[in-house]
Amino acid sequence: MARYIGKRLIYMLITLALIATFTFFLMKILPGSPIASADKLSPEQRAVVEARYGLDKPLPVQYFDYMLGLAQGDLGISINQFKGANVTDVIISRMGPSAQIGFQGMVLGTVIGVLLGMIAALRQNTWIDYSSTLVAIVGISIPSFVFASLLQYYFALQLEWFPVALWKDGFMSSVLPSIALAMFPLATAARFIRTEMIEVLGSDYITLARAKGASGSEIAFKHAFRNALIPLITVLGPMAVGILTGSLVVEQIFAIPGIGEQFVKSIMVSDFSVIMGTTIFFSVFLIVVILIVDILYGIIDPRIRLSGGKS
Amino acid sequence: MTQNLEKLPKGSFERITVSAEQAERISKPSVSFWQDAWYRLRKNKGALVSLVLFALILFMSFLGPVISPYEPNAQTITHANLPPKIPVIENLGIFDGVGKLGGKEVDLYELKKVEVNYWFGTDGLGRDMFSRVWKGTQVSLFIAFVAAAIDMIIGVIYGGISGYFGGRVDDIMQRIVEILTGIPNLVVVILFILVMDPGILAIIIALTITGWTGMSRVVRGQVLKFKSQEFVLAARTLGASDSRIIWKHLMPNVLGIIIINTMFTIPSAIFFEAFLSFIGLGLQAPDASLGTLINDGYKLLQYQPHILAIPAVVLSLIMIAFNLIGDGLRDALDPKMKD
Repeated sequence: MARYIGKRLIYMLITLALIATFTFFLMKILPGSPIASADKLSPEQRAVVEARYGLDKPLPVQYFDYMLGLAQGDLGISINQFKGANVTDVIISRMGPSAQIGFQGMVLGTVIGVLLGMIAALRQNTWIDYSSTLVAIVGISIPSFVFASLLQYYFALQLEWFPVALWKDGFMSSVLPSIALAMFPLATAARFIRTEMIEVLGSDYITLARAKGASGSEIAFKHAFRNALIPLITVLGPMAVGILTGSLVVEQIFAIPGIGEQFVKSIMVSDFSVIMGTTIFFSVFLIVVILIVDILYGIIDPRIRLSGGKS
Repeated sequence: MTQNLEKLPKGSFERITVSAEQAERISKPSVSFWQDAWYRLRKNKGALVSLVLFALILFMSFLGPVISPYEPNAQTITHANLPPKIPVIENLGIFDGVGKLGGKEVDLYELKKVEVNYWFGTDGLGRDMFSRVWKGTQVSLFIAFVAAAIDMIIGVIYGGISGYFGGRVDDIMQRIVEILTGIPNLVVVILFILVMDPGILAIIIALTITGWTGMSRVVRGQVLKFKSQEFVLAARTLGASDSRIIWKHLMPNVLGIIIINTMFTIPSAIFFEAFLSFIGLGLQAPDASLGTLINDGYKLLQYQPHILAIPAVVLSLIMIAFNLIGDGLRDALDPKMKD
């Protein structure tokens, strides 16, 4: 296990270094200047501004400085979007709202999805099963921004139950975005749990439990559900990816002052230190989530051997 | 009873002789793998309906811009922001050209003295939504199909080489894939779009730059599984060349999974295209895809919901259809893979 984690950590570092390098050089060939109204500046003024952000140094030096800063958790300085603020601070200050709707969406989606999938498996091939499958298919198919716009139109604009796009009413402001984000994990969990449950319900130990006279609910919850739940961990990674992708548009739609909204804005104004910083932050987040999921799975389910063996 | 068998009168039983030829006869016509798969797919109602629905959408995406009397990019500013109006159906109370103006429900066509009908309404610049939506569908589908095809080709070649030759080659190729899959798709796509000139080509390149890794992993796994089986050994013993083994013996076995995987790549490509357009990294005006249409519609959501609703419905239908077709094909082509 320790060897496996060590190997994975090394891979993680290589991948991150690669992403950072890749992002850095891509940003250098990016069309458009990050300096606001660059055309209006005289060459002297421009040189002063460039010197301030270290843009006058030769490329290898810039790269080296950047990687060195990165190793210390310093993502550089925002050039035009936040007027010289430290990118790390910007991201930290915007983490709250994103984390809140992301977490709420994840929990809501997973809980409802698991329930739906379980009921569908227990009532296989009935209308309950079919409608839950339909919900899952629709949830996977409809893009989060379409769903978010629908929610906003009906529940905020028409019915006026929730604020339209204002991050001021605390929890109430977070309801609609969380629901919009919840659709993907909901659909994923429902589909996954359904097939797992059906497989588990057909296994020998369930037959044994039934032969021993265990009641239906006892079998469903104590024997089947628990075992079906474990593999759900494997889809937590893709779910996190889905939530993050969704957050870029959902935050935009509901005007949430989170990382996603700021990322899209930084793209618009080509503030490349913010783009780089956020890209690296996203990558670290996703890679760490997937690593944790893999390790967790190995610990919880001893049948899965992560290391050794021939694949 | 059983003990008394001997006591039964002779002649109670008659021996039927079956000739060897008779016993070996195949009573039913033989069914090939693809016939069998088609039979299983036909029984899947959801997949079948989706197939028809998708065919219809594909057909309309070509026919729509042609039958509409208006060009997708032609602006008639006096006809801006008209709700949908379709003759005959308007009598049912939907698609009747009634929209809100200053909080009141009025027939905007009468108000603006518009004589013609716009089936899907018009957008903020007075462009016909009917031809725009179908033209956009065409573009979105084109991007998705090309991206899926490129993913498939690179993935199959890479995974095939890696799995077939194994050893050192496989080791190195797999390390590369491991690192590539570690990079979040979202990040790669956005970065590439930023650097290239926005357009159809940029989106396709961004989608395929790491998109093929999934396919290559699946193909590698399958090739690894099949290449050590006896039929491959037999072919090799008979002196078949590498390329013959790959094309004649391995490919037919892997083909099912390649098709399934491609079917799931298409909706994800459609999604990413729309997603990029929505955050402003998609096609540039006046070109339209479903994603850019949804983005335009979102800006007018409060007053003209139809501009968002129609492309959103078409997009969602395509996504649902492809997911159902993919599910159906998976069950039909590989019943064991049902997970």
